[in-house]
Amino acid sequence: MAAPMLRWCCPGRRFAFAWVGCGSCHRRGPPTGSTSNGKRGQSSVAQQPHFTAQKPREGEHEWAAVVGLEIHAQIASNSKLFSGSQVHFAAPPNSLVSFFDASLPGTLPVLNRRCVEAAVMTGLALDCHINRKSLFDRKHYFYADLPAGYQITQQRLPIAVNGSLAYSVCVGRKPSRMVTRTVRVKQIQLEQDSGKSLHDDLRSQTLIDLNRAGIGLLELVLEPDMSCGEEAATAVRELQLILQALGTSQANMAEGQLRVDANISVHRPGEPLGVRTEVKNLNSARFLAKAIDYEIQRQINELENGGEILNETRSFDNRLGFMPEPNLPPLLLYDSGSLPSGADPQQVINVDQLRERLPELPRVTRERLVRQYGMLPEHSCALLNEVGLLEFFQNVIKETRAEPKKVTSWVLNTFLGFLKQRNLAVSESPVTPSALAELLDLLDRKAISSSAAKQVFEELWRNDGKTPAQIVAEKKLELLQDPEALEQLCRSTLEAHPHVVMDLKRGNARAINKLIGLVRKATLGRADPTAIKEVLERQLSS
Amino acid sequence: MWARAAYLGLRAAARGRWGFTSKADPRGSGRVKGELIQHLERLSLVDFGSQEAVARLEKAIAFADRLRAVNTDAVEPMESVLEDRYLYLRSDSVVEGSCAEELLQNSHRVVEEYFVAPPGNISWSKVDEKQPFSRC
Repeated sequence: MAAPMLRWCCPGRRFAFAWVGCGSCHRRGPPTGSTSNGKRGQSSVAQQPHFTAQKPREGEHEWAAVVGLEIHAQIASNSKLFSGSQVHFAAPPNSLVSFFDASLPGTLPVLNRRCVEAAVMTGLALDCHINRKSLFDRKHYFYADLPAGYQITQQRLPIAVNGSLAYSVCVGRKPSRMVTRTVRVKQIQLEQDSGKSLHDDLRSQTLIDLNRAGIGLLELVLEPDMSCGEEAATAVRELQLILQALGTSQANMAEGQLRVDANISVHRPGEPLGVRTEVKNLNSARFLAKAIDYEIQRQINELENGGEILNETRSFDNRLGFMPEPNLPPLLLYDSGSLPSGADPQQVINVDQLRERLPELPRVTRERLVRQYGMLPEHSCALLNEVGLLEFFQNVIKETRAEPKKVTSWVLNTFLGFLKQRNLAVSESPVTPSALAELLDLLDRKAISSSAAKQVFEELWRNDGKTPAQIVAEKKLELLQDPEALEQLCRSTLEAHPHVVMDLKRGNARAINKLIGLVRKATLGRADPTAIKEVLERQLSS
Repeated sequence: MWARAAYLGLRAAARGRWGFTSKADPRGSGRVKGELIQHLERLSLVDFGSQEAVARLEKAIAFADRLRAVNTDAVEPMESVLEDRYLYLRSDSVVEGSCAEELLQNSHRVVEEYFVAPPGNISWSKVDEKQPFSRC
């Protein structure tokens, strides 16, 4: 059921921009045709999902979907939010747990400065208003992996509010254009992570590991400004890149460092919003878009069949179970103008200072790459999409005299292609930036042809410790530098294949390629095809 | 601790949503509706099994309502006795943990260094089946 929707979207690798079919469709008003009840009986599987970029057939209903996200990002810190136990992904069960994390009586929370800085930096990067005073609350619920029976969070007055996250989508086809969409960030709050439970249904018991309990989380609430799975996935991808650039979270979904819950509802354009349902704990980017689209389709089908959308998780007022955290006074933040004099710098957080220290954000980096190196936006997206690739690219640029466009092409096509084929990360590449730079220099100087360069690259990948120059020498891949030798070879080839020459003279333009191929073979691939063509044409016309 | 939170929540909800307010009835004999009881049972895992228990709950609410007799106009609520203190920030270093054995000794049942979770007051089957995956 989800498949038709994704037809219009970019398959495979997801950049921080996407082909979006849905966005362009649902923003239209209600269909101008007569309102129809006639389609009721039709099977909803046969009907096309209307909110894809397809012209609705006359009289068919149109639906708009609305998607909001709640994202939990694990803060990259050495120790936990309120205790000094270690934050680490894999460790023996319950070995990274302090007395406070285990909720033993008499323990108290002590706030980790690094976590506050992470929250402020993330808020600044998302253009939020940073609340100079924020409060901590307890959210009570019973679950085995929450030993205290409550989670310390910031419901009433979070640390950052009212920001926005911009992401790029490609709309339309031939020509397509890049459009920037934004989603409002309602708030960012600090909260504790819970432990992990393993359900043993066989023995009707639950096994609890508290290593994760108390790790600092940033909860980011994104308003329902998105309209389909692809937009949501793109927004999440951009957020991942931002968090990684800031260093506030590694945001690795597979390791549970970034968890997304989606709130989804559908309605007819022009009518009020429908009932929301929640799709929880999405922890893979690929699955995220699919699951959201599936739920949208499910709701549409349900409503078109005369059913009702039931909200199963939030049947009651969610404000129950909150109380202020009595053990923590308000969190106060300062800026350069309001710093208390004589204060211990360790105890004071200066928002202005953090703002100055913000690193370059992905959006700015991409724009800079396009400006500086004349590459297409898709290329800059691709460079940022792979961990370490941008750094690799910049190191090659530094060391080579070749044109940036050549470097871009080699890095994104050849180099990345080799990596993907062998399922390697950039850090595992046997080819260093220097090696590639040297190779590109040889190519730039026209010392070798581009096909020879590819051969050299393959050799380099085998990592025998040889430099490109050495490989070229060994395999005799240098381009024929002696023009006289080339003239000689061309002439002898023409003489040896008179019928091909006749063919060419008779008007078969493609015969020249055969001649070029013959000369190339004679030169053992050491001549540049364009040079060969030039010489042959000159000789033929004389 | 839990009771206090439940109480605060209940009063907030009661005042807001369910129209149950003892301001109208100073003797505090308002009825606590069935839906609310069910919801509270789920949240607190306490079984308000009998009518007697519900009656006791209502009496407890009414008793606490007598706080309203105090005039708190223009007085900011105190949320923490630490309200005049600065919030201490610790540096991000690892100084505790690695005491699994000690912690596990507190648990009645242990399986290979995992705590084994006991069931709640109400058996899991009665609680919403989706509970493990849908937390508010």
